[in-house]
Amino acid sequence: MIYREAGQFKTTYTADQAVFPIVQDRWFIAAVAFLALGVPFVANEYWLQVVLIPFLLFSLAAIGLNLLTGYTGQLSLGTGGFMAVGGYMTYKITTAFPDLNILVVFAAAGLISAGAGLVFGLPSLRIKGFYLAVATLASQFFLGWLFNRVGWFYNYSSSGTITAPPREILGIMVTGPEATAEVRYYVALAIVTVMAVAAKNLVRGRIGRSWMAIRDMDVAAEIIGIRPFRTKLLAFSISSFYCGVAGAMLVFLWLGSAETEAFDIVVSFDVLFMIIIGGLGSILGSFLGAAFIVLVPVLLTNAPQLFGLTMAIDLQKHIEVVLFGSLIIFFLIVEPNGLARLWQITKEKLRLWPFPY
Amino acid sequence: MDLLTAVFVAPFLDMAGSPVFLAEVVIVGVLTGVMYSLVALGFVLIFKASGVFNFAQGVMVLFAALTLVGLMERGVPVWLAILMTILVMIGLAFAIERFMLRHLVNQEPIILFMATIGLAFVLEGVGETLWGSNVKALDVGIPNASFEVGGILLNEFDLFAAASCAVLVAVLAVFFHYTTIGRALRAVADDHQAALSVGIPLKTIWVIVWSVAGFVGLVAGIMWGARSGVQFSLSLIALKALPVLILGGFTSVPGAIVGGLIIGVGEKIAEIYWGPLLGGAIENWFAYMLALVFLVFRPQGLFGERIIERV
Amino acid sequence: MKLRNLTLSLVGLSLVGAAAGAAGSLVTTAAFAQAEQFFPMLVYRTGPYAPSGIPVANGFRDYYTLINERDGGINGVKITFEECETKYNTKLGVECYEKLKNKGPTGATLVNPFSTGITYQLIPKAPVDEVPILSMGYGRTAAADGRVFEWIFNFPATYWSQASAFVRYVAQQEGGEANLKGKKIAHVYHNSAYGKEANATLEVLAKKYGFELTLLAVDHPGQEQKSTWLQVRRLKPDWIFMSGWGVMNQVAVKEAAAINYPMDHFVGNWWSGSDADVIPAGDGSIGYKSTAFHGAGTGWPVHQDIIKYVYGGDEAKAKENNIGEVLYNRTIVNAMFGVEAVRTAQGKFGNKPLTGKQVRWGLENLNITKARLKELGMEGFMKPLKVTCRDHETGGSVIIQQWDGKKWSFSSDWIPPISEVVRPMIEEAAAAYAKENNITPRSC
Repeated sequence: MIYREAGQFKTTYTADQAVFPIVQDRWFIAAVAFLALGVPFVANEYWLQVVLIPFLLFSLAAIGLNLLTGYTGQLSLGTGGFMAVGGYMTYKITTAFPDLNILVVFAAAGLISAGAGLVFGLPSLRIKGFYLAVATLASQFFLGWLFNRVGWFYNYSSSGTITAPPREILGIMVTGPEATAEVRYYVALAIVTVMAVAAKNLVRGRIGRSWMAIRDMDVAAEIIGIRPFRTKLLAFSISSFYCGVAGAMLVFLWLGSAETEAFDIVVSFDVLFMIIIGGLGSILGSFLGAAFIVLVPVLLTNAPQLFGLTMAIDLQKHIEVVLFGSLIIFFLIVEPNGLARLWQITKEKLRLWPFPY
Repeated sequence: MDLLTAVFVAPFLDMAGSPVFLAEVVIVGVLTGVMYSLVALGFVLIFKASGVFNFAQGVMVLFAALTLVGLMERGVPVWLAILMTILVMIGLAFAIERFMLRHLVNQEPIILFMATIGLAFVLEGVGETLWGSNVKALDVGIPNASFEVGGILLNEFDLFAAASCAVLVAVLAVFFHYTTIGRALRAVADDHQAALSVGIPLKTIWVIVWSVAGFVGLVAGIMWGARSGVQFSLSLIALKALPVLILGGFTSVPGAIVGGLIIGVGEKIAEIYWGPLLGGAIENWFAYMLALVFLVFRPQGLFGERIIERV
Repeated sequence: MKLRNLTLSLVGLSLVGAAAGAAGSLVTTAAFAQAEQFFPMLVYRTGPYAPSGIPVANGFRDYYTLINERDGGINGVKITFEECETKYNTKLGVECYEKLKNKGPTGATLVNPFSTGITYQLIPKAPVDEVPILSMGYGRTAAADGRVFEWIFNFPATYWSQASAFVRYVAQQEGGEANLKGKKIAHVYHNSAYGKEANATLEVLAKKYGFELTLLAVDHPGQEQKSTWLQVRRLKPDWIFMSGWGVMNQVAVKEAAAINYPMDHFVGNWWSGSDADVIPAGDGSIGYKSTAFHGAGTGWPVHQDIIKYVYGGDEAKAKENNIGEVLYNRTIVNAMFGVEAVRTAQGKFGNKPLTGKQVRWGLENLNITKARLKELGMEGFMKPLKVTCRDHETGGSVIIQQWDGKKWSFSSDWIPPISEVVRPMIEEAAAAYAKENNITPRSC
């Protein structure tokens, strides 16, 4: 009743091909946007810093990986490595050119990260499936080693830690210790919104279609004239661009300082989890998955206090880990296609509600 | 020019300069490689029999070792503790089949892969809840003296570990190739549904193979745990087994051994002769790079089954 | 299909409910105007570094409990504390910090991150949030320059001082600094921010004294170190210094024993010399040395008090909770510093719950004299110290302890660092940090 498209006529092709062709969807998006903008007025610093900012940046990384794994079918465990490229290059560029707008620096670091993705994507031309997944670990370990080892990347500081220096946009501090969580949230929100819209359009267009053709069957795609070489490498570099920007956000908008440990293999797995739980081949799924992986541990940590339970902290953490693992298995069993698929089912149901045939 | 010499000439001169030391490096590499194979073997078994890339293998190693050492701390004699641990691992295999695999039949490989990571979390939490997070010394009475043979230092423990691994592999290879269950396992790996339709009891097969993997995990846990004490970090050796796995091929038992040897020797030589040039600690990524080089020529690993694609 | 959707929506609902509830509870952290001083505790009782984290967490908990049980708090102000599990993970550490920094009537007193990574993370936040950081013997070495790092304290010693004290110790053992020339020293280190700290100091000292330094990195986690010890075997260094952590220590000690390296020439830093590090290696570890800045064992009155007041005289239970282990004792020292800083600050601001800003003053004016140590039941347990505005490290002397197969005991006198080398390096690093982050150093 509420969610019905009857009566909505499209008179132009443009209208018919809009990202959100249904009016209710547009309303929904508007509501989400309103909420996203309004959230800092109600959330305290803990929520911004612990949930919302990491949620945004991991959503971006998940979109990046989804372009590669969900749309192009190339399984990658090198996400952490590409994020590290973004983080370290942003640091390097912004300390070398302190006056450059930090957003420009993010983009530049993303481009360098894209270059790294290009190089490490080369094996994908021959290697497939899990072999490729493990092979991409090479980039994870190599890049981690590189940024740990070569002093140039962290300006030869004695410990190899990079710290976000204070940078401002239009007179407002956006990075460094004095940037408030609200400002950093808004900057992250802006970046993620722009890049998510770009990604959505990308996958709807010619490039996205060629990616999906490669994913579904690369031999067949080649026969109909899609060049696997170009298509796969393009996917790797664009995906790495997204991951690189996410890595830059991780250091500059979230943690404030980092060593290579912040980009270790656990990050790669987390992002992979996000897209699987969220839904492979879905931009919305990337957001849902990121929300799940970021939010659930925080909820589990705070849950015992909520119910007035006190227990030993180590026992609590163990139970938390067990519950987290069980939840993942549970979701994979009940909905292997991810949360995005659940969302879709809900919409289908809503369309008929309250008068199913 | 200096750089070229440093990379292409100096290390070889170094090797030629002290052949005894080179021999020692190679031997240590072989022995370490065997230890990697031991972990990789667990992965291969499960992948071969169920097409699942079981990321929980590392945690299974930890879980088995924790159980063993936990029982021993409570005064259970070694042999009985080992026996009980094997029973626990079989019980675990039953539980995994009942609560996880059964519901995921015929899913995409990546879903199964992710489910095993979830399983890794569960096992990690349960293991540490039961036995605690403290480091525990594991002593099952394997000799641990070093002795020198012609200037090469050998360790009894390493030799023992290598020998037991060799035996294990031989037994498993025979099992896979010449027994009915072994053939059934291979059939299941090829296609769940086809195997079911010719009357292979999928559930039983899975329980068997996960039990065997649990047993291999126990052996790996004893060998690695005796070295470093049993603690959480034990589960991280899985990462050292992955390059072995892709180098040898996901589906080949002998591949895991040969892969282990190549990776073990390769990374030791690289670290010792080229490592100082690059600032050290190159082993970890070098192993992956080495595997990658092999993969470019053989995308299914050295001994993996050939991937045939049809449109 | 129906059932599946039902369960799913139930799970979804409960998640949403939990989220809403959590939000509610977190927002309503009402301030209680009670006489309570809140100490946040970032601990790691699980994860790869749990064997080190457990005694640390127990030490903090027991000392705070002791102060409450024995003295009724700090001058009548009860100590409250809350543990938050970090798994030694930087991201979780930040989460814990955000969660705990505003708890208690006056917010967090001070924070002991007990992880170099988390310390680095919190250093820029400290002046903004006004929560002082006491990173006792870890974290950013340059923070010893109190003019730049107003909010960070790393007394009683830093990694750089420690490395130089190690070199001085070697010189003593070899019969004078002149004999260092031509000696071979290897540094086996954890390939992370923490492990690399000592490298620069050792390099400078190698140049100064003419010993040959080899740096051997071990990657996290350090389960497999065969190649490192092969290199040691070939190199045959006269001394080995190790900056290890977690499983790396246990494996290194075991491998060193396996290649028959003389254990009394193998010296760990103070994070590579706890009971958990040597026990798994069994008899092979006898003779292994490490640096320290406090005693091991339960031979001091403070331990007896803990057994009496915290464990009700149950010594076995106290042993189970790691009493007397090296890392436990270290946290006793650390917790004592925190409590004494509050006490010092109370002398100026009155006996009431103090804010982070007031406690910072207490830390900077901390003066633990010999007489005070005796009162605290820690005479001979550690060295007296006095913090100043300029020097947040205070002295930096270390002592060498040795493992005899059963317990650690001191095997040297207090060894002062080579300050004429280390202090200028610290000031230079601090100045570089100040420049990069637009900080004007205080003048003192």
